[in-house]
Amino acid sequence: MSIITNINKLFDHRIRLGIMSILMVNEYADFKMLKELLGATDGNLASHTKALEKSEYLRVEKQFIGRKPNTRYSATKLGKAEFKKHIEALEKLIHKT
Amino acid sequence: MSNKDYLKDITEIKNLMNKSSRFISLSGLSGIMAGIYALIGAGTTFWLVTNYSSGTLRLDGWVFRTVLFILFMVAFLSVVTGIFLTTRKAKKNGEKIWDTSSKRLIINFLIPLIAGGLYVLIILSHGKFGQTGGLMLIFYGLALINASKYSIGDIKYLGFIQITLGLIAALYPGLGFWLWVIGFGLMHIVYGIWMYIKYDRK
Repeated sequence: MSIITNINKLFDHRIRLGIMSILMVNEYADFKMLKELLGATDGNLASHTKALEKSEYLRVEKQFIGRKPNTRYSATKLGKAEFKKHIEALEKLIHKT
Repeated sequence: MSNKDYLKDITEIKNLMNKSSRFISLSGLSGIMAGIYALIGAGTTFWLVTNYSSGTLRLDGWVFRTVLFILFMVAFLSVVTGIFLTTRKAKKNGEKIWDTSSKRLIINFLIPLIAGGLYVLIILSHGKFGQTGGLMLIFYGLALINASKYSIGDIKYLGFIQITLGLIAALYPGLGFWLWVIGFGLMHIVYGIWMYIKYDRK
């Protein structure tokens, strides 16, 4: 049963899983990069980043590049740890059956 | 969620990790072309030096300047062909040619390459050119290994080969020219064909 508890409900969505995957291997990713890689709409992506931000899985930095506002994201230590646990749980589930 | 969905999740995670951190549209064909340019350049150089410079290369003559020009042309044509073929392949893959991953790849490739290039130019200006072949091989190898973290991982093996050849050239400066031919000519062609078979042909 302990395996099931490691499956994180927060990651139970394609976009959220995608955001975390990208942030595991990249120090930063900005909104545009996430959008292009995941093929999500602005609103959709924003709501998912908000959810992950709320649980402190990712950090948001707003800055200006020239005159354009730019939002970039990075994974927190907690987010990375939770993501790893989630992946391990997924792998165990696959191997078990 | 069923087992199949979990598997799909894992595959998607792997895909995204690769796509977001590596630029994988490098064309194998451009490696083959770079090798051919290098062989043509080396052939012309060899012919020039044996016929017009009595087998040795002096630093002040027109032969030497022509050789430098050939070297520059080989590099220039290789880069242009590389950009052209890679752009074509990226388009086919639906990958952007100029994004975070390709920028990162180019920056990391250029750091050892520019440092090495300047070093070679400096020692050439001091009149010591016996080691240039080996140095070019070593720095090019380091550039490839550095870049391999941001592209197809396989290019690091080409990097190791170039460094090995470069070190051999340092031990036997007389062989420098031939090791350069093997490294930049032959190995590019062999490697390009291997990459072409592995990634391009479907």
